[in-house]
Amino acid sequence: MSKHFEPFLEKFDTTIEASEKLNKNLTVHIPSSSIKEVIDSLKEEFRFNLLLDITAIDYETYSVKKKSQFYLVYILRHEEFFHTITLKCAVTDPEDGVETISEIFRAADWLERETYDQYGIHFQGHHNLRRLLNHHQFVGHPLRKSYPITKGQLCTKSDDLLEEMNKRLDSKGLLKCDHGGAYSEQEDSHMFLNLGPSHPASHGTIRTLVALEGEVIVAAVPEIGYLHRGFEKSCENHTYNQIIPYTDRLNYCSALSNNIAFSKAVESMIGITITERAMAIRVMLMELSRIIDHIVCLAANLVDMGALTNYFYLFNPREEVYDFLSKLTGARLTNSYMRIGGMTHDLYKGWNKDLKEILKSIEKGVDDSLSLVAHNRIFHDRSQHISSVSAQEALNFGFTGPNLRASGVAYDMRTTNPYYNYDQLDFDVVVGSTGDVYDRMMVRFEEIRQSIRIIKQITKHMPEGSINVDTHSVILPNKPNVYTTIEGAMNQFMLTIDGVKVPLGEKYDSLEAPNGELGFYIVSDGSGTPYKVKVKAPSLVAMAAYADMIEGSMIADAIVNLGSLNIIAGEMDR
Amino acid sequence: MAVDNRSILEDTVITTKVEQIANWGREYSLWPMIFGTACCAIEFMSVAASRHDISRFGAEVVRFSPRQADLMIVAGTVTYKQAPILKQIYDQMPQPKWVIAMGACASSGGFYDNYTTMQGIDEIIPVDAYVAGCPPRPEALMDSLMSIQDEVLKCRLGEARNEAYCGKLDHV
Repeated sequence: MSKHFEPFLEKFDTTIEASEKLNKNLTVHIPSSSIKEVIDSLKEEFRFNLLLDITAIDYETYSVKKKSQFYLVYILRHEEFFHTITLKCAVTDPEDGVETISEIFRAADWLERETYDQYGIHFQGHHNLRRLLNHHQFVGHPLRKSYPITKGQLCTKSDDLLEEMNKRLDSKGLLKCDHGGAYSEQEDSHMFLNLGPSHPASHGTIRTLVALEGEVIVAAVPEIGYLHRGFEKSCENHTYNQIIPYTDRLNYCSALSNNIAFSKAVESMIGITITERAMAIRVMLMELSRIIDHIVCLAANLVDMGALTNYFYLFNPREEVYDFLSKLTGARLTNSYMRIGGMTHDLYKGWNKDLKEILKSIEKGVDDSLSLVAHNRIFHDRSQHISSVSAQEALNFGFTGPNLRASGVAYDMRTTNPYYNYDQLDFDVVVGSTGDVYDRMMVRFEEIRQSIRIIKQITKHMPEGSINVDTHSVILPNKPNVYTTIEGAMNQFMLTIDGVKVPLGEKYDSLEAPNGELGFYIVSDGSGTPYKVKVKAPSLVAMAAYADMIEGSMIADAIVNLGSLNIIAGEMDR
Repeated sequence: MAVDNRSILEDTVITTKVEQIANWGREYSLWPMIFGTACCAIEFMSVAASRHDISRFGAEVVRFSPRQADLMIVAGTVTYKQAPILKQIYDQMPQPKWVIAMGACASSGGFYDNYTTMQGIDEIIPVDAYVAGCPPRPEALMDSLMSIQDEVLKCRLGEARNEAYCGKLDHV
């Protein structure tokens, strides 16, 4: 037993109902009444100071009878990033719910709101338990099994957010209250302004209501959910391989990385290891995705600062990557190239030559762009010491990926929890120092270079062999087999109709996506369709921190900060 | 014709209808308002970038202010939460105005047949062109832009378009 888990298990020996350890992951069941105490102690005493995710499970129609319909799941990671603890607790009455942990982890604020919105589980003591993803006129909780998937509800009017804004102003002592205790109109000196949800600098569909004093933001209330398109509910109605096209559309700037993350999570549940060649191809495409994702982030943010030329310098090589991906997968943006157990087809003839040319153009694009901004006074003034986040704060907010590394925390799952063949590759983990807009952007510029390094190493030693595992229950048989043998035909039929069967159980699995740790918490009832899928989306926690980051800064700084956090609405709202 | 030859310019008369000359001007100076919500908006960025270059069709002046735009390109999924905003922005655009539904989601909800996604934006605003694809390739969007240009030529001056349209968010 690891030294990280042992003292914890000893201390809470009487509280813990059941525990199960698998490699560096520990799952413990505790009563809902002791959630706050256990998590507080995990953070302060045992140094599990990164809260990854909170979600609930509705076991109403599950194949195994559970003692309670609803369970809550908390996933925490140790400060050395090797060990993960998953806490599970039964919720007897969703109305009573459990105590909030939003005072312990700031990341919990929005995660709890989401769980309340989707499952109707209350968090006692939460300062602002409102819906997060669904609109304010929505009735019911869509991820409960009793909610029909197609039951849409029209929203006739947007939420004006004034109540929350008044609360926010009040918490800062900026609001006058009248005698009855009811909130009065905001003070005359504040002007309210909506940034988004349809605004070029809102990068998709993010809305932030700000109260201004001159050009300075004194209070901000972000609202998300404008692109909540029911990914998790749709997963519960599709087989595992059918979900892959949906994962494309999570972080649509780097669709392949989501494909890979989801396939990897399912494969780890089934317990299969993909072939050497498949691993190499996946790592190569993962890094290519990282490059194009960072390019979108940087190009768009530089445009927001008024540096339009960079957009063309960076987008031209991106077009070339799209050409490569169309040639390889048949689609520019939404590739759906991965399958459980491997991928749809092998690399095409001549891919190596194409890729070499692309890497050259990317290097040139990055160099050209940096030659314009690296020593540019305007760029420095706009980005340095703007919206800085300390390492401590970044961890408390639950940041991962480039945003966390910009604050100086060397956490990169490719080195801390290496998967596939990352441990055999030579690359640097890029870290910043102050965690300002400048660092967040420069970390991305350098990560593009590191990704190019990785791809070059892989293309030199691409392993030969099969791209798919040789398991009939996972991979479709060869077409000649399907057409000429009854076994092949049955195999094809069963896999297509029933899907890949995943053993009963639940698991959290993640990898280092361009935006940070992208994880999937999958609950399987043993069939070919997942019982539940929860995405741990790096953008969501970044957005949750946004209000705190921009208060006290100018509007123009808030815009570049949003760009530097690289919020992708598809992944955040799911 | 050498237009720098002043004598030709001074003597030349072109006869046409005011409506035709206005539409001719409009055709090559559509100002798009991008209502970009999701993946399709990323493809729109490609349409605007140098390789595909939407300015070849005179439509590169991307205005995010609806009051300055006459072509709305809805690029991406529109959810029920987003719907009142889309409607408000559409209403703010001056007549005459055209709408392109870019991609499967905007056209029909796409494969998001669920509790949160609007099953096509034509439930709330009138649509002039639908572009197939998830997301459509840049060429497909340019093709639909050309089809809108053909529509523009048929426009009657002073006549508002789609007056009779009544969507789910009208009169609520």
